[in-house]
Formats: sequence, C-alpha cells, structure tokens
Amino acid sequence: MVASSVMSSTARGVHRFANPGRFLRLSGRVLPYVAGLGLAFTVAGLGWGLFFSPADWQQGDAVRIMYVHVPAAWLASAGYLALAVCSAISLIWRHPLADLAAVEIGPVGAAFTALCLASGSLWGKPMWGAWWVWDARLTSVLVLFFLYLGHIALVRAFDDPERGYRAGAILALIGVVNLPIIKFSVDWWNTLHQPATITLSGAPSMYVGMLWPLGLSAVGFSLGFAALVLARLSAAVMERRIRSLLAVRAWEAEGR
Amino acid sequence: MTHLPYIVASYALVVVLGVLYGAGAWRRLARARRRLAAIDKRASH
Repeated sequence: MVASSVMSSTARGVHRFANPGRFLRLSGRVLPYVAGLGLAFTVAGLGWGLFFSPADWQQGDAVRIMYVHVPAAWLASAGYLALAVCSAISLIWRHPLADLAAVEIGPVGAAFTALCLASGSLWGKPMWGAWWVWDARLTSVLVLFFLYLGHIALVRAFDDPERGYRAGAILALIGVVNLPIIKFSVDWWNTLHQPATITLSGAPSMYVGMLWPLGLSAVGFSLGFAALVLARLSAAVMERRIRSLLAVRAWEAEGR
Repeated sequence: MTHLPYIVASYALVVVLGVLYGAGAWRRLARARRRLAAIDKRASH
C-alpha cells in the first residue's frame, strides 16, 4: 500500500518535471548558475589542492593528483547510476525525456571515466612504477568505460531511434552490476589500489587540509557534470522539436 | 615538486576535457536555440 503510493507519487513527479517544455524553461534558468558555480568550485578546489594543500608524508607532491582523480572516479560511477536510473524510467514509463537524458549522460560519463583512468595512470607511474596493472579496481573501472562506450554506440546504431534507446536502456541496466564490483573490489580482492579513505559509515581518515580541497573539487566536478548534461539535454530536446516541426511542414507540403 | 610532470599532465587533462566538452555543449545549445527560433516563432519569445 505504502510502496504503491510512493511509486505513484514518484511517477507523478517524474512526469511533471520531465515535461520537455517545462524542462527547457527550468534548465534555461538554472544552467548559468550550475555552470558558474561548477567552474568556481572546481577552480577553488584544484587551486587549493595544487598550491596550498600539504604534501603527503609517503607520496610527496604526487598526492595532488588525488584532487583530480578521486572526484572523476566518483562522477564516473555516479554518472553511470544516473544513466541506469534514466534507463529504468525510460523502460517503465516510456518517457521520451529519460531516453534523451540517457543518451546525453553517456558521453559525459565516458569523459569523466577516461579522466579517472588517465589521472590514475599518471598517479600510478610515480607511485607503483607502472602506468597500468590488471588490478580489480582498475579493471572494473575499465569495464565501466567500455560500458559507457557500448551504450554510446548502441543508442546510435539503429535507424529507428526508439529501438536504440530500448537496447541502450537494457545494456545500462545490466551494467549496473559493475558498480558494486567497483566499490567493493578493494575489499573483496587483494589489490594494489588503496581501500576507500572516505566512507559514508565512518569518519574520513584524511587530514582536514586535504579533505577541504577534495570536497570543493568534488562539488565542482559534480556541478560541472550536471551543467554539461543539462546543456546537452536542452540542445537535444530542441533538436527533437526542430525535427518534428520540419517533418510536420514536409507532410503538410506533400498534402497540398 | 618531485613529480611535477605527472601532476601538470593530470591537471591539464581537466582543462582540456573541460574546454572541449564545455565549448562543444555551448555551441550545440546555441545552434539548436538559433535554429528553433528561426522555424518556431513561439520559441523566440
């Protein structure tokens, strides 16, 4: 009873805020603030991390790569979760905005995952002496990157976009199984990658002078991710409206 | 800084990806807005 009322109120919320016209008005208003704040937080976090945060007693200055690598890693997983949620909404409620959101999240998530892999490699070389190791954490993030690439290719592989969206949504939902593997890979297997320093259940085991720039950078990256997706999604909604207007005009011209 | 090239490379990646993706999204949005306003009078208001 409670579950069904929660489901129906969620469905009402999804449909109310996922109306394309309302979405365009809302995103037009919030996009400049989200993008501006994202840039400001990122510059503040990375600037603090690069110039003012202390060096690590073991890693030295190489620890400054953390302010790029860790937020990118969080956003790579969070972005995929968002992609999966949009895919679920698309499959359950067949909402066209969820389809477009999933399509536009894909390339942005892939870029953040690529940044995570590349910055991890740049951190690994001076610390481990290798650009890459087939460690459980690194390999599962590489699989995440391939899932993003697969989704990007699949949604564009069909002449009928609806079939592409459907196939992409199924792939995205299957790929969700990789997220807990990424999260717990450092606990389940003996990995070269260090275990989590910041967890939801306990206090962070990190010096506060490093925690602040990391937090600022994470907020900046999150807002930057949101701004990129909002801008791309707004453009996609407009492009869809342009295609339908042109199709209606062509149909009317043929009828005369 | 002992590991300066690695640090600079990782921060440069953020700048390059940010500029590429940001500029790409902004240009695509501006083009879509312009085209829509040209064919749909309601969109220009």
